[in-house]
Amino acid sequence: MGKVLVVTSGKGGVGKTTSTASLGAALARGGENVVVIDFDVGLRNLDLVMGAERRVVFDLINVVQGDAKLAQALIRDKRIDTLSLLPASQTRDKDALTNEGVDKVIAEAREKFDWVICDSPAGIERGALLAMRNADVAVVVTNPEVSSVRDSDRIIGMLDSKTLRAEKGEQVEKHLLVTRYDPGRASRNEMLKVDDVLEILSIPLLGIIPESEEVLRASNMGAPVTLNNPDSAPARAYFDAARRLKGELVDVVVPLDRKGLIGRLFGRRVA
Amino acid sequence: MNLMSLFRKRSSAPVARDRLQVLLAHERSVIGKSDLLATLQEEILAVLARHITVDRDAVQIKMDRGASVSTLEIDVEVPLNASKAGPRPGGTPSVPASA
Repeated sequence: MGKVLVVTSGKGGVGKTTSTASLGAALARGGENVVVIDFDVGLRNLDLVMGAERRVVFDLINVVQGDAKLAQALIRDKRIDTLSLLPASQTRDKDALTNEGVDKVIAEAREKFDWVICDSPAGIERGALLAMRNADVAVVVTNPEVSSVRDSDRIIGMLDSKTLRAEKGEQVEKHLLVTRYDPGRASRNEMLKVDDVLEILSIPLLGIIPESEEVLRASNMGAPVTLNNPDSAPARAYFDAARRLKGELVDVVVPLDRKGLIGRLFGRRVA
Repeated sequence: MNLMSLFRKRSSAPVARDRLQVLLAHERSVIGKSDLLATLQEEILAVLARHITVDRDAVQIKMDRGASVSTLEIDVEVPLNASKAGPRPGGTPSVPASA
């Protein structure tokens, strides 16, 4: 029986899809059998970030409605064969997803995979609730910025009240993933520190992903950053986070991109 | 940029932290019970509206959570000429905008 993990945040644009792809690939590279499921019906992007946009035939709604079997809809990653993707539908109405239909698909995925990672849409509406419904574990993606922290607080409240686990009186295991973190700005008091965010949200820390141009580069290329440049700072941070998800104890550090002397002198001038 | 601004400490992050702490302390207390109170308010209004004409704002619901006992306080302000003509068994609930 695999674990169901939801990657969620409330706020849009904080890095849910990037984190889903990167954590999924990192777990799969460690030998785990992983499926990533896009719940953002109508605005699917996980396929694009993972470079599988031209291979989509069936999607989550096809499987929920019984038009395709789960095995038919799964897209196996070309780089890692233990990583699969179930895309969202781009065209159909999101009302086509029902609680029962989603529960059935997740139950089947749980049988086949070690990790079922659900990429939540932004917001606190139905789509986000469906994505978190079956979760055993939640990764709350938060930027060190007031609106993101506020929305994460709201999502944590929903994880504690609107999931199947909550209905049974159980807890969803919640983890905080701070993304787009700039240690320099935080040390100059220009950005919330990780400790501030942890104190406010009071859930355990899964990892700190530093702000890095490697993330955009990877999505340009259609590869999770953990595959596109495994030695880059964000990739190392995601690998550490993936090990913590498996229960390993890994010290939390903020990896930094290694720059040569020329890069250090001119790296900031380009933008 | 003058020389002084190089040395002046720009510390907006502590402001952000303090604002969030105050805001979330408030929001957590409101959102935690808003579902129940909003539902109660709507249903009580609907029942009242079947029998008397009552203003939406005339129904106030408060809940106080104590250590051992919680109290639910329902305060309904009924205007003098509120009762509707005749009994209306099973009548559709209607809430006029003003009494």
